[in-house]
Amino acid sequence: MAAPVSPAAVLAGTLAGTQEQGGFTPPPATPARRRARRRNFYSALLFLSPWIVGFLIFTLWPILYSAYLSLTDYDVINAPTFTGLDNYVELTQDPKIALALANSIFYTVIQVPLHIGVALALALLLNRIGQASGFFRTVFFLPNMTPPVAVGVLFLLVFNGQNGFVNLVLGWFGVAGPAWTTDPNWVKPGLILMSLWQVGASVVILLAALQSVPKELLESARLDGAGFWRQTRSVTVPLISPALFFLVIINTIAGFNNFTEAYTAFFGSGNSTYSNDAALFYVIYLFQQGFEFLHMGYASAMAWLLFLIVLAVTAVQMIVSRRLVFYEGGTQ
Amino acid sequence: MAKRKVRWSILAVVGALALASCATGSSTTTDDNISYDPDAKLSGDLSIMGFGASDEVAATRLERTEEMLGADVKVSLVEGDLDIQQFLSAVAAGDPPELVYADRAQIGSFAARGAIIPLDKCISGENIDTEQYRDPAIDQVTFNDSIYGIPEFNQVEVTMANTSLLEAAGVTLDDVNGSDWAAMSDANQKLAVSDGGVAVIGVDPKLPEFLPLWAAGNGGALLSDDGKTAQLADPAVVEALEFGVGLYDAQGGFAAVKAFRDSADFFGAGNQFATNTLGAMPMEQWYINVLNDVSPDATISFDTVRDTQGKPLAFAGGSAWAIPAGSDNPAAACRFARTMTEVDAWLAAAQARIDIRTEEGKPFTGILTGNETADEQVRALVQPTGSAQWDSAIEAMYEANDNTFTLPPNPADAEFETIWQDAVNRVLNGQDTAQAALEDASDKAQEALDKAWADIENKG
Repeated sequence: MAAPVSPAAVLAGTLAGTQEQGGFTPPPATPARRRARRRNFYSALLFLSPWIVGFLIFTLWPILYSAYLSLTDYDVINAPTFTGLDNYVELTQDPKIALALANSIFYTVIQVPLHIGVALALALLLNRIGQASGFFRTVFFLPNMTPPVAVGVLFLLVFNGQNGFVNLVLGWFGVAGPAWTTDPNWVKPGLILMSLWQVGASVVILLAALQSVPKELLESARLDGAGFWRQTRSVTVPLISPALFFLVIINTIAGFNNFTEAYTAFFGSGNSTYSNDAALFYVIYLFQQGFEFLHMGYASAMAWLLFLIVLAVTAVQMIVSRRLVFYEGGTQ
Repeated sequence: MAKRKVRWSILAVVGALALASCATGSSTTTDDNISYDPDAKLSGDLSIMGFGASDEVAATRLERTEEMLGADVKVSLVEGDLDIQQFLSAVAAGDPPELVYADRAQIGSFAARGAIIPLDKCISGENIDTEQYRDPAIDQVTFNDSIYGIPEFNQVEVTMANTSLLEAAGVTLDDVNGSDWAAMSDANQKLAVSDGGVAVIGVDPKLPEFLPLWAAGNGGALLSDDGKTAQLADPAVVEALEFGVGLYDAQGGFAAVKAFRDSADFFGAGNQFATNTLGAMPMEQWYINVLNDVSPDATISFDTVRDTQGKPLAFAGGSAWAIPAGSDNPAAACRFARTMTEVDAWLAAAQARIDIRTEEGKPFTGILTGNETADEQVRALVQPTGSAQWDSAIEAMYEANDNTFTLPPNPADAEFETIWQDAVNRVLNGQDTAQAALEDASDKAQEALDKAWADIENKG
């Protein structure tokens, strides 16, 4: 019996018009078969065309156009004026770029491991409580339904240095909490802690991965005398490492793109008095340049710099992952 | 064949992208061919961006204006604050609204980029009497000697102080109105209460947003009158910032005061005056109505903010009507702006508010229209409230309204404001001294101004 062929593989083979792809050997190309294949090609194009058109207009075109704009002086109203690499040179001379990048890197480096660590801990707990996990999974996911703007406002209330909930709880233990929202040294740590509010999506992903860990492997480890932590470290974590790696990648990208909560809390309409350098993340500065100061060319250059940084970081993560991520059935 | 398909596909994509690029362009439309006539019968669509009939003052004037425009003019509103990106994109795409309602501080930037048209023809054609409008309001919408906006409303600051706390501390309203900084520092010390953290704020100078007010009170200005020279490092400005920061430092620092201020129920019955947790602060006049609504029995004293010579002053802001470049119906837009801001419109709006306030058993505290003649006539409708406290609030508000100043329009207004506010924040957070922060900010602001003004010259 022939091995099953996935629809995607068939489509890939058809679209490419090759004889070799798709994991099967097509019959000889007679004129009738060529006509049929061409019909298939056009049918596939027709069905894919809404996505293709959308991709071209709303994704590819803005990407290419922003690359062009990054080489211009453009204020939205008047036609762009070509300025060569001036915007990129200016990036190297603007001290706020370094400040904003440092803020974003600090946030990402602390937030991503913390986020994944908390998500993993919660997922491990949920994985052990049996049927009740469904209820708690919903509870943990609910904050993800909260609009980020509301989270930004909530941050100011919960982390208020005078009578916010966090400092109230710290006070029960005799700890005088800091001025999270007004002391520049505590603004970023506060935002990082607040981001844990939305850890639910990662918990759901990790819980699904945990539930796919073969029970027999855990049972074997248990029979060999491994306790919970040893099982987790030596069996569970390696087996869910693809999910962990996925979370590292998407949370790193999200960390570099951190915007809404911090902008709402410190820079949004009516909150200009809150703004300070400690909360000036890279994308906030990009937004200010593009949409407040109308320096669209410069903002585009900033966007491309961020893209290159995220690309480089992701590439490094991919390389490192070869040694750390275990793909079941794979060679790594 | 496959190669041919690929070639045609690439050609199609490139063609589509090239066509799409045509969507970006510039709009140079003016009103050269439009005739404005106060008696002309108007028709057509009139879409307005940035304005909503959210209260009786707006709704009454809108209704009256729609009536006066006639049924042939179809008014539609894009409500909410003006979205700059949405507006400018619409202008760039050649499909702007017919009229926009903007913050007066934005007019300079819009005019510099050619997003709105000068209203000289509109003003003369519709016989708009610009002499009626308050000078600072007109100054704020005048760019390169042309008026680009029809102003309306005025926001001014008045000094608000907790009478009970003042008496208990043995200080007077004159000690906290800005006329004597030494007395104000002393009063701040006496009014402030600490219980480990901040328990009562003494004097809140409301930095960074009110730095222009304190600087003006000290005889300084953040920007030259022509809008071209940053004066942030002016000794009067530096001294004003040092004074304001000193008030916070004497109470445990800005971080502590701000956290305490943010924890207050600002718009509710638990506000800082009702709960006796604030000695004094300068605040915009609309807060008088809030206080009167939510805590009418709180004991509050009102005065204008005063400069160090004892003269009243207020940093004014407000809104303006402007006609976008490429507006399809500038004649109706101009008539609309005129009708919304004329004296009779304000009187009708004032009467509507009086009716509502009377029904609610609350006093009418006046409206600051940005139109001097309308202000006088509306004020004549204000009746004694029966409370010396609230009467003094109204008195202070109108006195402040007669003594306003504003920042001149400039093509880099948003950048300029961000630069000086960032500098003030650095000082408030203890990251920099006032002198160093403002010198650095002045250099950056000057660079931004020079670039923006040069862009205007280069683009002709």
